Amino acid sequence: MSDGKRLAVLGAGAVGSSVVDLAAEYGHSVVAFADSSSASIDADGIDVAAALERKQADGVVGDDDPGAALDAEYDVLVEATPTTLGDAEPGFSHLETALERDRHVVLANKGPVAERYGDVRALERESEGEVRFEATVGGAIPIVSTVEDLSPSHVTAARGVLNGTANFILSRMAAEGIDYEHVLAEAQDLGVAEADPTFDVEGTDAALKCVILANVLSEGEREFTLSGADVEGITNVPGSALELAAEDGRTIRLVGEATREGIRVGPRLVPENAALAVTGTQNIVQLETTNAGQLNLSGRGAGGPETASAVLGDVGRLD
Amino acid sequence: MTSALESDSEADGDAERTGRSRGEIDDAERDPQPHTIRLELADEPGQLLAALEPISENGGNLLSIFHERGNVTPRGRIPVEVDVEATPNRFDAIVEALREEGVNVVQAGAEHYAEEVVVLLVGHLVDTDLSDTLRRVEQNPATSIADFSLNAPEGRSDTSSARLRIATRAGETAAALELVHEIAEEKDIHVVEPLAGGAV
Repeated sequence: MSDGKRLAVLGAGAVGSSVVDLAAEYGHSVVAFADSSSASIDADGIDVAAALERKQADGVVGDDDPGAALDAEYDVLVEATPTTLGDAEPGFSHLETALERDRHVVLANKGPVAERYGDVRALERESEGEVRFEATVGGAIPIVSTVEDLSPSHVTAARGVLNGTANFILSRMAAEGIDYEHVLAEAQDLGVAEADPTFDVEGTDAALKCVILANVLSEGEREFTLSGADVEGITNVPGSALELAAEDGRTIRLVGEATREGIRVGPRLVPENAALAVTGTQNIVQLETTNAGQLNLSGRGAGGPETASAVLGDVGRLD
Repeated sequence: MTSALESDSEADGDAERTGRSRGEIDDAERDPQPHTIRLELADEPGQLLAALEPISENGGNLLSIFHERGNVTPRGRIPVEVDVEATPNRFDAIVEALREEGVNVVQAGAEHYAEEVVVLLVGHLVDTDLSDTLRRVEQNPATSIADFSLNAPEGRSDTSSARLRIATRAGETAAALELVHEIAEEKDIHVVEPLAGGAV
């Protein structure tokens, strides 16, 4: 276990708030916490409980300027603002600022490593700081660090179920024989699906995770972005198809595949009892390796404390 | 199981083979086909090599050998299964040469469909001429439809789903999927297929 770090946490959604809430449990302090309109900054450590309470009650985390959080005296910047595509802003600029100051960056935001992996690595090479991003793939499941331990050159492929919302919908449709619209409404009521579920049901979120894995596997020899991925969502999967699959001992899962050659995400037929046929919001990743056979890693792929645990695990791996 | 479909295809295939054996087409123009030969060998050194020589000498392309050393026949011989690719005439010559060498050929014949792949099709299947879709898969010499099931809960003019079990020759699964994708793209049908290489 490394020494306690001073964290600056950008983003006050489920993940950012959980990181702030749990940091002390892992021996770290929070010196800055910001959302898009406010910040709480204190070099001796902010009052975490007060900041989280104000976020709940008033929608602000403190009285400071959010821009000032980037200038605070932190060791590690935790970037947990919403994932954006294309230029990956403002997350990318946050990362750039921290690296230019020779600080470490831990990402929960997928944008920078999915859309600008080469730029991120180039900035990292010029900096004393390091970039880690375990939380961007599979929530609580240690996938990136496992690939790192195996060494990327010994992992030939990664595939898996990487979106809990889509998996919840497909497994409910199959189990209850109800159609897509009804299950989606139920998922929205339960908070499993967002009001606008496009990102999840069209496969974009799963594809971003696969893009990140493909970037890790190719170790900079080739850069992948979302635009090069072959992506199909689950909106075209009717109950009638799931019924036919079940008659044959199979089911349908939204499976993402990442190799050094490319990324493919789409609904696939898998045996009902297969490791990949996880149910509900569970996620799973299978790694094909040259010396270690096949590894299956499954668990919770989303959620505030779950994802924060991956963020804080990354913080613990930093020097 | 729609056995009618399968027996149709076998009948077509037989007719085709019979036609060829009448010598209407020169053997050199025919595509080599995979065949399986089951042999029984005495458990003595050099027997396997002796059995394989007639294959290459007669222009056969050896695809695989399955040598069941641990499995001895009641007559104390070792069963061996050999997959060979050859044109029909060459294949006949290979079997004849093996028998001349004293190798016990238990069974020899055109390999039937060795692998199968199950796919789901989703879309306006009936409106886009389902029979044509099936016929095109069936007409491909390397593929045959072993089983077909349609699920059209909204009626035949709306979106429906179908499950196709396609039997293919050894190593032809990827090509069969490509054919299905080609037809599906043309007809705006979605294909849900298994993962490559049987990964689960």
